[in-house]
Amino acid sequence: MNRVSNHPILEEERSSREVQIFVDGKPVMVREGEMIAAALIANDIFINRYTAHKHKPRGIYCAIGRCTDCIMTVDGVPNVRTCVTEVREGMKITTQQGTGIWSEEGRQ
Amino acid sequence: MIGTELAIVGAGPAGLSAAIEARRAGVDVLLIDENARPGGQLFKQIHKFFGSRAHKAGIRGMNIGTELLRESENLGINTWLNGEVCGIEDGHNLWVVRNRNKSEIVKAKKIILATGATENAVAFPGWDLPGVMGAGAAQTMINVNRVLPGRKVVMLGSGNVGVIVAYQLLQAGAEVAAILEAAPKLGGYGVHTAKVSRAGVPFCVSHTIKRAFGTKHVEAVEIVELDSGFKQVPGTERILEADTVCLATGLTPLSELAWLAGCKFNFVPAMGGHIPVHDDKMHSTQADIFIAGDISGIEEASTAMEEGRLAGINVAAELGYITEDEAAARSGEIWENLNALRSGYFGQRRRDAKDSMLQKGKEVIEWNIH
Repeated sequence: MNRVSNHPILEEERSSREVQIFVDGKPVMVREGEMIAAALIANDIFINRYTAHKHKPRGIYCAIGRCTDCIMTVDGVPNVRTCVTEVREGMKITTQQGTGIWSEEGRQ
Repeated sequence: MIGTELAIVGAGPAGLSAAIEARRAGVDVLLIDENARPGGQLFKQIHKFFGSRAHKAGIRGMNIGTELLRESENLGINTWLNGEVCGIEDGHNLWVVRNRNKSEIVKAKKIILATGATENAVAFPGWDLPGVMGAGAAQTMINVNRVLPGRKVVMLGSGNVGVIVAYQLLQAGAEVAAILEAAPKLGGYGVHTAKVSRAGVPFCVSHTIKRAFGTKHVEAVEIVELDSGFKQVPGTERILEADTVCLATGLTPLSELAWLAGCKFNFVPAMGGHIPVHDDKMHSTQADIFIAGDISGIEEASTAMEEGRLAGINVAAELGYITEDEAAARSGEIWENLNALRSGYFGQRRRDAKDSMLQKGKEVIEWNIH
């Protein structure tokens, strides 16, 4: 776990509810309302997608929703900026390949 | 279509301060921010601010953020979060995408652009590997999201962002392998630099990153010495073990909306690049568009708040809520604060750059508008 605790300045986080999401089909426990990218880092997942042509891995870069390096497919919708999107219980997150594919679920 | 007297884009320190001043004067304000939470980058700034006591010095950025939010709530400022401003038309109409699924047009009599800035990148082989990120990105992760993006960090850049984030990485439990600085001397405030140095972090001046190694993630970083012409010196390469590289190599104003609106620009390298021309009321070259904060030149949250207040007060005057005389008197006080914040070894350069921008702005804006 890569959670920051016992911080000299920041207070301990208010304990938020743990919820389950699915990353590439595997169940992962995260904190309700945290950003997807942070939830993944907390669970040692550092690769968000692979590039279209050279299939190179990409992780977070700007963490404030500007660079789009951390985009993933979320509930069937590709190119979701995971650093500025909060997790929701039952969310299905997929490591994105290239520009991703819309699923039936995502079109709705 | 929704009408408002004043639309403010960006609810960071500048936008919030502008909203508070304008609302207090009686202006109907709509504050729009693309994020789920307001405050901009204030909440990741857990260090104490500089300046005199009048400028909230000695208070941590995150607490200033809480204070601003409380004030804006007390004033009942209408705020749209998750609102991305994607376009601007006729100098008054904003195209806003709300909650990523609904378009709305906001027709505003006046607009303040307080869009902030984004971090600069530095390209070297391996810079696109997971583990290479902006220093501000790491700061967001540790202080706001409360997760550690890496265990052992190489920081590129010894300016304030570099040294402050390095120190905060230590506070969060990471190790900082080294802070590299391309210039032959360090760039940050002494007090921050000294703190990191006392913590045992090595500084390497006249150094940069040659490449980052790794297949799925950064595993090591090759650094190299630079000569006086910033050329790499062959044979001086060293390998540092690290899983993270943070780039603290300056910021660039987020000025897309000002470009779209047809604002005129100056290129001012000392202030971060292309800056919309503006005057001492934060008026741009477009009749009803004002700017405030990092978009008007990269500085600090303390100056951004003062500039936001300037913009808010002068918009209120143009809308007839306060007299020109009152606006001038209050602007004068704010300018005294700004000049005090832009003094000293580090501030003077920003003040000189700002003065020259404002001089040009005055001429251009008088010619364009008045």
